Amino acid sequence: MSLSFLLLAVAALCALSFYFGRQRAVALSGGRYSNLHSLPAHYGTYVALWCGLPALLLLFVWHTFQGSVIEAMIIADLPAEITSDSGQLSLALNSISLIAAGNGQHLTVSPEVVDAGRRLANLQSIANAALIVVMLCGAVIGVSLSYRKISPELRARNNVERISRWVMIACSAIAILSTVGIVFSLLFEALHFFSKINPLEFLFGLEWSPQTAIRADQVASEGAFGAIPLFVGTLLITVIAMCVAVPVGLFSAIYMGEYASPKFRAVAKPALEILAGVPTVVYGFFAALTVAPFLRNNGAILGLDVSSESALAAGLVMGVMIIPFVSSLSDDVMSQVPKSLRDGSYGLGATKSETIRHVIFPAALPGIVGAVLLAVSRAIGETMIVVMAAGLAANMTVNPLQAVTTVTVQIVTLLVGDQEFDSAKTLSAFALGLVLFLVTLGLNVFALKVVQKYREKYD
Amino acid sequence: MAAVSQSAMTAEPSVASPKMTARDLNLFYSDNQALFDVNLDIVERQVTALIGPSGCGKSTFLRCMNRMNDTIDGVTINGKVTLDGRDIYDKRIDVVQLRARIGMVFQKPNPFPKSIYDNVAYGPRIHGLVNSRDELDEIVMTSLERAGLLKEVKDRLQSPATGLSGGQQQRLCIARAVAVSPEVILMDEPCSALDPIATAKVEELIDELRSNYTIVIVTHSMQQAARVSQRTAFFHLGKLVEVGETDQIFTNPKDDRTKGYITGRFG
Repeated sequence: MSLSFLLLAVAALCALSFYFGRQRAVALSGGRYSNLHSLPAHYGTYVALWCGLPALLLLFVWHTFQGSVIEAMIIADLPAEITSDSGQLSLALNSISLIAAGNGQHLTVSPEVVDAGRRLANLQSIANAALIVVMLCGAVIGVSLSYRKISPELRARNNVERISRWVMIACSAIAILSTVGIVFSLLFEALHFFSKINPLEFLFGLEWSPQTAIRADQVASEGAFGAIPLFVGTLLITVIAMCVAVPVGLFSAIYMGEYASPKFRAVAKPALEILAGVPTVVYGFFAALTVAPFLRNNGAILGLDVSSESALAAGLVMGVMIIPFVSSLSDDVMSQVPKSLRDGSYGLGATKSETIRHVIFPAALPGIVGAVLLAVSRAIGETMIVVMAAGLAANMTVNPLQAVTTVTVQIVTLLVGDQEFDSAKTLSAFALGLVLFLVTLGLNVFALKVVQKYREKYD
Repeated sequence: MAAVSQSAMTAEPSVASPKMTARDLNLFYSDNQALFDVNLDIVERQVTALIGPSGCGKSTFLRCMNRMNDTIDGVTINGKVTLDGRDIYDKRIDVVQLRARIGMVFQKPNPFPKSIYDNVAYGPRIHGLVNSRDELDEIVMTSLERAGLLKEVKDRLQSPATGLSGGQQQRLCIARAVAVSPEVILMDEPCSALDPIATAKVEELIDELRSNYTIVIVTHSMQQAARVSQRTAFFHLGKLVEVGETDQIFTNPKDDRTKGYITGRFG
């Protein structure tokens, strides 16, 4: 029986137990639901939860431990000459699992391993059958215990609510734990990297050239892992993007929210938001094929030396991409400023623009700062446009007319290479990821602080 | 013409040399008519109270008097409203200057999320009424003084206005209106969000302000109308039913509807 079938069976059992639990409650009520502490559906849910949750919990625990327990049993039976060497052991375990899955015909292995493969297949089928039995037992025990407890006095509603609270806690725990998990997976690989490269050199080094020799006899540079050029490049592109996105987004939000007629707004606002739906690769095309050549040609006329892949092109296009973030979010916060404040200002004889500048904008400032910082983290994380328009060269420059690269772009190029996974080059991607994560985290914390500080002033 | 003479029978709109007048004022929200042929005179340096049941058009009428209805979409107005004899709906009138002459205080205290000082200084700043910081200081101080708030806030002029109590906030809004030296102050149920003590203070203030300003106040409380006003106008279903001296309206109303309302039989 496959897992999905098993889950379906449990769901069916739950439905059945809901029905019977409800029936029993109805029977006990003697026709008047007010004799019961809770509604009949609560009793049904109560029984159904006691059916489903133990079964799912058992399934979860079983799956967590099944693999390691069976592996331990197999290893215990293998001869010592295999188990003593870790390399040979993992090779043998690999073959064993292949044989158990029925794909081991072409392998040339010792008879012990073939035996172990058969044993593994055997154990797995036993374990699966046992799992079904255990789960069904859990469900049946849960149902029978809770079914017997049904009485008019049973506080089924409160019990159900308590259980659903725990379900919600479990869900939020999953969200938090996955964040923690991501941080730790980054952290361990980054630590691995820092054992090869000095963290100070990484954080403050001014040269980025992660090419290391793949083979010992290869002629290659030592490799330099100074992350500063990458962060300077990221900062440069982000600043250019924000220079485009903040004024354009803000002014279009003010126009849409305060001046535009409802008819115009109904057409223009969705049109502006279409920008947010364009895939970033398409923006990349636009940057590389239209904007960059345009800048280069016009730069040549002005006597400027614009490289064909420039930070300016990438930043400008990225700014366009972010406009809808800024405009949409700031439009929302400005329209939330209470009408009474506008009336107060108009009542004193202020014009529309005075009202916007002196009353609405300051009142909406926390939300606008939030919107801008959200846009900044979007810009920092953006990869595709930079790959296509700004290039890969890790130049240490603040000249927007030259090619630069960003942290995320380097992470991608580091990981798509064909080097060993534990080389400094590959591992540096994780260190970059960790630092980037810390930077955006710091930015978010800062944004929260700003918003809180100003929110107190507002209503 | 028929409508005018009819309402003239029940109400006495005309007084000698009024500060503001409304003549045959009709107002429509899209297709709904909210005001019908309103004729009313506002006497200078007196408090005129507008009373009537909810939805009778008294707030709408008040907002016609400084063209606050301009900010609402789909409103059409015909008829005439004058200030010192000039039609305020004339194309040549600048709304900004008009509102500087006719200030407004709203139902809910609505201080700006700025400091107490900046709230009062807002009007003088945007209208360029002052040339120096000292002049501005003086206007802020006198306005707060006139609103009876100076004693309570003079040590914390730079703290946020939203930290004041409801009654203090409302008096701050009055100070803010006074700071632009208006001639008329319109008040839309200024005490409806306040407790009785704060209400008493605001009423006292209105009585004091009467010596310098012409005041029109919308109120749901008939006691308040009786306490603070010299003239009272009763609105019902968008029509001005009766207007006269406050004493006369409350002791000897001419119209049955007015009598019914002030004795609490409907409304």
